[in-house]
Amino acid sequence: MLNLGYCKGSMSTASSGGVSDQFPAGLRVLVVDDDPTCLVILEKMLRICLYEVTKCNRAEIALSLLRENRNGYDIVISDVHMPDMDGFKLLELIGLEMDLPVIMMSADDGKNVVMKGVTHGACDYLIKPIRIEALKNIWQHVVRKRKNEYLEQSGSVEEGGDRLQKQSEDADYSSSANEGSWKNSKRRKDEEEEVDERDDTSTLKKPRVVWSVELHQQFVAAVNQLGIDKAVPKKILELMNVPGLTRENVASHLQKYRLYLRRLSGVSQHQSGMGNSFISTQEATYGSLSSLNGLDLQTLAAASQIPAQSLATLQAAGLGRSTAKPRMPMPIVDQRNLFSFENPKLRFGEGQQQHLNNGKQINLLHGIPTTMEPKQLANMHHSAQSLGSMNMQLNAHGDPSGSLLMQMSQQQSRGQILNEATSSQVPRLPSSIGQPIVNNALASGVLARNGLAESGRGTGFNPVSQSSSTMNFPLNTTAELTATSFALGSAPGVPSLTSKGVFPEDINSEIKGPGGFIMPSYDIFSDLQHHRSHEWELQNAGMTFNGSQQSNSLQSNVDVASSVLAHQGFSSSQSNGQGRNISAVGKPMFSAGDATDHVNAQSLGQPLNNFFAENLVRVKTERVPDASLQTTLFNEQFGQEDLMSALLKQQQQQQAGIGPAENEFDFDGYSLDNIPV
Amino acid sequence: MERTQLRRQVALTRQSLFDQGFLDEQFIQLEDLQDDANPNFVEEVVTLYYRDSARLITNIEKALEKNSLDFNKLDGFMHQFKGSSSSIGAKKVKAECTLFREYCRAGNGEGCTRTFQQIKKEYATLKRKLEAYFQVVRQAGPAETACWPK
Repeated sequence: MLNLGYCKGSMSTASSGGVSDQFPAGLRVLVVDDDPTCLVILEKMLRICLYEVTKCNRAEIALSLLRENRNGYDIVISDVHMPDMDGFKLLELIGLEMDLPVIMMSADDGKNVVMKGVTHGACDYLIKPIRIEALKNIWQHVVRKRKNEYLEQSGSVEEGGDRLQKQSEDADYSSSANEGSWKNSKRRKDEEEEVDERDDTSTLKKPRVVWSVELHQQFVAAVNQLGIDKAVPKKILELMNVPGLTRENVASHLQKYRLYLRRLSGVSQHQSGMGNSFISTQEATYGSLSSLNGLDLQTLAAASQIPAQSLATLQAAGLGRSTAKPRMPMPIVDQRNLFSFENPKLRFGEGQQQHLNNGKQINLLHGIPTTMEPKQLANMHHSAQSLGSMNMQLNAHGDPSGSLLMQMSQQQSRGQILNEATSSQVPRLPSSIGQPIVNNALASGVLARNGLAESGRGTGFNPVSQSSSTMNFPLNTTAELTATSFALGSAPGVPSLTSKGVFPEDINSEIKGPGGFIMPSYDIFSDLQHHRSHEWELQNAGMTFNGSQQSNSLQSNVDVASSVLAHQGFSSSQSNGQGRNISAVGKPMFSAGDATDHVNAQSLGQPLNNFFAENLVRVKTERVPDASLQTTLFNEQFGQEDLMSALLKQQQQQQAGIGPAENEFDFDGYSLDNIPV
Repeated sequence: MERTQLRRQVALTRQSLFDQGFLDEQFIQLEDLQDDANPNFVEEVVTLYYRDSARLITNIEKALEKNSLDFNKLDGFMHQFKGSSSSIGAKKVKAECTLFREYCRAGNGEGCTRTFQQIKKEYATLKRKLEAYFQVVRQAGPAETACWPK
């Protein structure tokens, strides 16, 4: 019975796709832990939960299993401390390549570590020793992620909302979540077809651009030719000379690309040590780096601080595969995947919906304020994340690179980001909670937004609640931030969102599309906040953000976020205005002191759900702020620097123990109207 | 009758392990996992734990013998060891591990060494006790593993 030392495969046949009548029974879980004792225990627990378990004691093996069979698993559970690869690194890679929800676990319950999990995009964090109760609900992360993807992919908020409604009515969650071809092929089993998809497609306003490998390579070549700093969508478009490609498509893709680069540079900084072994392993495992890697390396090097030497190494490795072990721990894995959106429905030119998909990978720039348009951001994320799956959920699920910073900047563009940030509030997720940390916020935001009749999956909202008490995202941070595209979803504690300009008023106006970003209703945040009362200090900081974010999202205006922030005490010059109908959604309950402790989204009302659903979609797309995005569809009124400084200040405050969250949460109505659009 | 007595012995032995603080609630989690498919699950896991953790103990010992202690490394080893120990419910061992890690963080080599001796002691004691316990369990019959009421 105790088979250790290798990965035992017990993958189910793809057809069920994890979504069957007995769901969550049959959920395909991949568990990775170098500790054989824990591995065996977890396996047994998961089996008792009726999941299909594959266990693995090495991260590399896990990665190869995942790569060989992208659709073979529904969720990954990984330990943080492993000898061959840092768990966070694995988390990022999985998020980048496969876009699967990843749960981190560790005996370490220190706030920082938990926070790291959140920022790197883990959808949950379990403290060891793990109890079976904590595992019983992990299926919620899968559901949530799929739902978010579904939402993102819908052509519009309304459509998503409708679809969501249908989903809720539909007992078979997965099938309803499957949306057409652009749905994540991994997730959506082909046999699941939805009549609605046709409707959705027909209402699509813009043609979707599929960023194939070739197209992306052309893009990267153009960017390299222009120089990463000078690469403007217009020029890139000209250089690429692809008929039918619009400047908007390029702009959004550029946004994602920048995020991707940032994340890589952040990762490299952070994990240089790991990089070596990892990279060499990668090479060994994956054979040669694709030429895309080479190109990317150049760009990456240009864009980030990769030392020339490393770059040379990497390039050599990539181009010649010959030698060197690149020191930079770039996500070697198939970079090509990053940007090749296989999902046909990737809509770069679209409104923010796409962004939502990107939630996943957006590497939040560490502290780099970028005034990326939300769309662009989203697109960037999109590209960055998707590895074959269109749905890049911006923040959410297990987004490996969920740096809060990104979120911050993103938020600037879109209020929704805030939502996500807030979700990261919970630094430690007690296993009992089982709430996805990050993504939830997004989801909730989305749902709440349009008042869609969310099926009310409570779980969706929970993510935020997880209590990331430390959202203090150190703007200047470092490795953590950069590398992690924090799936905000629910990190209420994201202090980074300091409004200042974060909430792009512009975005609000721009976002019109599907409905703008809807920040998760405040309720969620409040719940989240309450949930972790002991983490208040940080949370408070974050909460304020969240609150603002949420409120913003409510409106489908990004502005809301800013306005919220303003209320929270941030100097949000911009704010407001746009749509803050927060009240409509629900009251932002940021009262920090309010310990309702109900993190679960369930406590949120139905309206929230709807709202969130909408927001979720939105948030995702707009998350990615790109510092140097040149073509900003939205006005770049808000300076990210402001946001950053505000965030920093907040963090400092938080760290100093100032946690007057209550003050900040005191939103009594935002005057969003003032937000210049 | 003998069987009943054996069962009672199993129950008493088990209870004393809890009462004396050797085991905590996590051990019960393990017991709950035991079923017909894995009738000796708990024993197997504990055996696995002792086998695997012996390696960690050796690593820590070697690291402590060095002239200049690498506290980060020590902390890393101990983190793993602690995680493992906590997963089987080894309460006292776990407590000593926590103490050890604190000494590591404080850079207190003497404290680490002292605590490590304590860890080894508790580790050995628990092993002995659990072996005795499982022996009685086996004697009492396969279906007899004490199941704590949920």
